[in-house]
Amino acid sequence: MRPPPLLVFGWGNASRGDDALGPLFVERLRADADPARVECLDDYQLQVEHALDLRGRTRVLFVDASRAGAAPFEATPLQPARDASFTTHAMSPQALMQVYRELHAEPPPPCTLLAIRGERFGLGEAPGAAALVNLDAALAWARRWLADAEVERGGSV
Amino acid sequence: MGFDLETAAAPEGLRRVAIDPVSRVEGHGKVTILLDETNRVQQVRLHIVEFRGFEKFIEGRPYWEVPVMVQRLCGICPVSHHLAASKAMDRVLGIDAVTPTADKIRRLMHYGQVMQSHALHFFHLSSPDLLFGFDSDLNRRNIVGVARAHPDIAKKGVLLRKFGQEVIRVTAGKRVHGTGSVPGGVNKPVARADRDLLRAQADQMLEWAQDAVTLVKQLHAQNPAMYDRFGSFRSNLLSLVRTDGAMDLYDGVLRARDASGALLFDGASDQSYLDLIEEEVRPWSYMKFPHLRSLGREAGWYRVGPLARVQNCDVIPSPLAEAQRREFVAWGRGEPVHATLAYHWARMIEVLHTVEVIRDLLDDPDILAGELTTTGTRRGEGVGVIEAPRGTLIHHYRVGDDDLVTMCNLIVSTTHNNQAMNEAVRAVARQYLDGHEITEGLLNHIEVAIRAYDPCLSCATHAIGQMPLDVALVGADGTLLDRVCKSSSGELQRDLLAPLGLGA
Repeated sequence: MRPPPLLVFGWGNASRGDDALGPLFVERLRADADPARVECLDDYQLQVEHALDLRGRTRVLFVDASRAGAAPFEATPLQPARDASFTTHAMSPQALMQVYRELHAEPPPPCTLLAIRGERFGLGEAPGAAALVNLDAALAWARRWLADAEVERGGSV
Repeated sequence: MGFDLETAAAPEGLRRVAIDPVSRVEGHGKVTILLDETNRVQQVRLHIVEFRGFEKFIEGRPYWEVPVMVQRLCGICPVSHHLAASKAMDRVLGIDAVTPTADKIRRLMHYGQVMQSHALHFFHLSSPDLLFGFDSDLNRRNIVGVARAHPDIAKKGVLLRKFGQEVIRVTAGKRVHGTGSVPGGVNKPVARADRDLLRAQADQMLEWAQDAVTLVKQLHAQNPAMYDRFGSFRSNLLSLVRTDGAMDLYDGVLRARDASGALLFDGASDQSYLDLIEEEVRPWSYMKFPHLRSLGREAGWYRVGPLARVQNCDVIPSPLAEAQRREFVAWGRGEPVHATLAYHWARMIEVLHTVEVIRDLLDDPDILAGELTTTGTRRGEGVGVIEAPRGTLIHHYRVGDDDLVTMCNLIVSTTHNNQAMNEAVRAVARQYLDGHEITEGLLNHIEVAIRAYDPCLSCATHAIGQMPLDVALVGADGTLLDRVCKSSSGELQRDLLAPLGLGA
């Protein structure tokens, strides 16, 4: 069975302040996304087995909180890359794409990183007000991105 | 009296090398090495540089929330915390044994977690070093290098891990923040369709797990002198075992052996861990140093995890893994195997065992139906001990009449191995660094020794984060003599201008 063509994958720790932005984004998008065309997944962090989740997709949107990016968010097309995250328990999306390429001997689907600006990452903190404003802006952008992706593959919005 | 190479006699006159952080481990760790003018090692320490209070995060919460909340402590072993907390809360509620269905579903979840964690560690974090050599090109020593040179190994690693994650999903309810285990039992049986899906893959996983044991045995056989000697030292061993002495990763009694394999204690209740284990604080690290009370701090430290478990038990209760255990034990020629790199071998024996157990549990009808929870007479205090992937994990709680947690104490696996990891680093420093110039390859030897323990410094230190690899040489007068940073691409760059800020 083929998976839904679009994948939205967010990660972060829901109990570490604005690090919850990734899972929160996925939770809210899942509520109104068509599961037949968009699969919404989340996890604590990216790891090698998530390379298998990229299989059969036409486009992938990775979503993470960012300490360094511009507010409210930055959207960046990604290319597979070998980086230091290969050597840790948490991989970058670029490294994950590289693993996909090596495992499947084919290029990964087009992937975009949506980095939502966060400020506070303390254990036990709730997401901050500014981060939640950024989250709303990122969700609005993502809904347009999903609609564009659907048009691109010939479907209706 | 202290430990050899823990504290130099005259540290003010020594150069310092800092490896910061140790890569391919979780959380913040750094190693500092003090060298004299002729590059002789005088002091070696594995430091923990950050601390956050998990216990405070838990205290004040309702007890029924705790098995879910503790999963947020660590992104690496959330299921271990989920189950250890559940077991402790069983005791709080006065439940000494959950129903057969709950016991088997929890076991299935736990063995899935151990299996996927071990698979990640061996195939993706350690196999690059083991397959290509500790001094090999840095750009090759990663999973992409493995995938290029050994595509089957990389793919098996990914699929074994994926299988373990699916076992967790069908038992915990979700990929993340599972709620499957609750105080007193579990909240749902395994769905028949999920069981069938997993069972159809189990035999393939078993074959790959056997391949993994064969691979690691071949590595030992190809270079026995190096594998036996690298970072090797003698130590006590601690783990849970089943009441009859068999390996049990989910539940049992505490057993400890000395370095020669003689029993130090056996059959000890996990509820009395405080009578057996004492934690020592040392001023130079945030990670505590546990030891056996009966032997004291200098003789009582011990190792936990696969190396301890495979040798602490009398038998592994699954035939394929038991045959491998016997080969492993024979390698020691009558004494426990103390080689640091033997952790990998023991870890793969455990992968084989976990897959055998998972297969058998998937065939057990109890996981599909039966009583899910049970009740007891509330005690207000409980300890939950489990053999997590990295070793013995202890959760201890007190709960007030208002249902809120009033006390929480966690001793995580990596903390048990703190002294052992320091000993491993010192052993490697003696073997490979003494009198030599510092190179990336030599520094990697240090990291290889630490990685053998698969430390989760996130758990041990309550810290999560990333820092660049940073190596500093400081002269006797405090002057920065050299500074090497490992960039994200793996290139080494010298930078004398960046601030140090590292305490030795």
